[in-house]
Amino acid sequence: MKILTEHINVKGINTFEVYRKMGGYTAVEKALKKMTPEEVVEEVKKSGVRGRGGAGFPMGMKWSFLAKPEGVPRYLVCNADESEPGTFKDHYLMREIPHLLIEGMIVSSFALGANKSFIYVRGELMYVIQILEKAIAEAKAAGFLGKNILGSGYDLELVVQPGGGAYICGEETALLESLEGKRGNPRNKPPFPAVKGLYQCPTVVNNVESIANTPWIVNNGGEAYAAIGVGRSTGTKLISASGHINKPGVYEIPLGITVEDFIYADEWCGGIRPGHQLKAVVAGGSSVPILPANLILTTAAGEKRLMTYESLSDGGFATGTMLGSGGFIAMDETTCIVRNTLTFARFYQHESCGQCSPCREGTGWMAKVLWRIEHGQGNMRDIDLLVDVAKKIEGNTICPLGDAAAWPVAAAIRHFRPEFEWHITHPHEATQPGAVYMGEMELV
Amino acid sequence: MTDTQTFVFTPERLAKAQAIIAQYPEGKQKSALLPLLHLVQEQEGWTSEAGMDYVADLLHILPVEVYEVASFYTMYHLEPVGKHVIEYCRTGPCCLMGGEDVYGYLKQKLGINTGETTPDGKFTLKEVECLAACGWGPVFQVREKYYMHLTNDKVDEIIEELSK
Repeated sequence: MKILTEHINVKGINTFEVYRKMGGYTAVEKALKKMTPEEVVEEVKKSGVRGRGGAGFPMGMKWSFLAKPEGVPRYLVCNADESEPGTFKDHYLMREIPHLLIEGMIVSSFALGANKSFIYVRGELMYVIQILEKAIAEAKAAGFLGKNILGSGYDLELVVQPGGGAYICGEETALLESLEGKRGNPRNKPPFPAVKGLYQCPTVVNNVESIANTPWIVNNGGEAYAAIGVGRSTGTKLISASGHINKPGVYEIPLGITVEDFIYADEWCGGIRPGHQLKAVVAGGSSVPILPANLILTTAAGEKRLMTYESLSDGGFATGTMLGSGGFIAMDETTCIVRNTLTFARFYQHESCGQCSPCREGTGWMAKVLWRIEHGQGNMRDIDLLVDVAKKIEGNTICPLGDAAAWPVAAAIRHFRPEFEWHITHPHEATQPGAVYMGEMELV
Repeated sequence: MTDTQTFVFTPERLAKAQAIIAQYPEGKQKSALLPLLHLVQEQEGWTSEAGMDYVADLLHILPVEVYEVASFYTMYHLEPVGKHVIEYCRTGPCCLMGGEDVYGYLKQKLGINTGETTPDGKFTLKEVECLAACGWGPVFQVREKYYMHLTNDKVDEIIEELSK
């Protein structure tokens, strides 16, 4: 079952002409001519689709929070600042099938009553920005954007905004600050963007993939969408698969397949690269807890783990993780967990905006302490020191970047403590090129 | 490459800048700041103080409002750089694919370290964080172009191509 990528390999699908021929923009016709904005919102609510950027908050509910004071403009902002390590699905979707996002933006803007909407794309993806701008020009020329779209009386302008290279702008209030031409410092909440967002006006911020789902929902109905998936994990999800698998890439899966299938079936990752075994997985982007092979495949209760929000978080952080953004990073036995954790910690140190001291100072300390363990200069107290610093960041910052920095460090120590100890007790061996801990652990 | 004393957009870029400024609601022109700084860098190769002052003038804001933004975001080069800036991904997923070894080879080939420019002014090397191309790693970027699935051989080809 494919919702987003069914036509992605059709030649010329990046052009308006081919996209339209494959059934594109019918959702705009249906919504603007046959539905009210409230009816579109209702279908999205019924679909149960959850925010695909990582938080997993129900999209329809987020829409229903939007304040609608008289005479005040409302805004829809698409979050295309994809920067969570391991995640490259939005990059892929916008590059290959830009009109799907444009169509989703029109339908969603109509539902929310927005007449000017923004797509905030990370600045590094300048070539994707050019692709989107071309698609917008094509849609406008065909009468799907601009004044009085399809004679409906509804006006919409789309603006593509480049970022400047800052992971923090993926946080929605930092993104709004950036869109206003400021440093990307997250805002204190409340007020939430739904009440005071862009230019202090009511605003909805949604991820690319979330918005790209709306044309299908309008065409087929929310109930049909909710029929795909398992329980509260409805629909399909784009998974960015990277690391030591045979076929890295972006896959659209129906939520509810087993993790085992996702890793080993030919339809998806095609197994671990030849001659190697699975050691660990980061299932939802760098910020979610890393799990050893046995715990990613089966829950602590012995059930097969599924690719759903609920199953991946089964067991809490003690034995579970999160679906997050769907950035699925597989690691085989050649992977040094300490080194990998260091690259993540360094990432969060680099990307902390510096506004809250626990995050600004803590991310730096975690990276420093991990660096000295990795370089054979650690001592045993350093492990608990890392756990302590992570605990002091978590929950003590304005935005979730602090948590995102703390979780991977805490989880790596929780599940791979002997590997950290080995680095400290065997500094000479551990610092040889390509050295990896080969002690007790379960590979699959 | 020279430290410009004055800066003005070329007529084409000025027209583009004005079109960008006109996209935002009345009174919200500061929203054009990041896109305009990208235009400055496109023209100069880096983001000079003169370029930033010019943008401040265009948007009717204080120069310090531009400096604080330019220094926050990593894409703006606040010092002169070589003709090609290689922005190399150093984050986990690229490292898993051998990114660090290829980076070592690249540094050796260019004879420079991170943050340095080759004596002929052709290449500057920068380390960056995740470029959202993890399944196609190792990756580096030169301006808007992504170079993916890097190997030592591929690095040879790319450097040769860019050196022309």
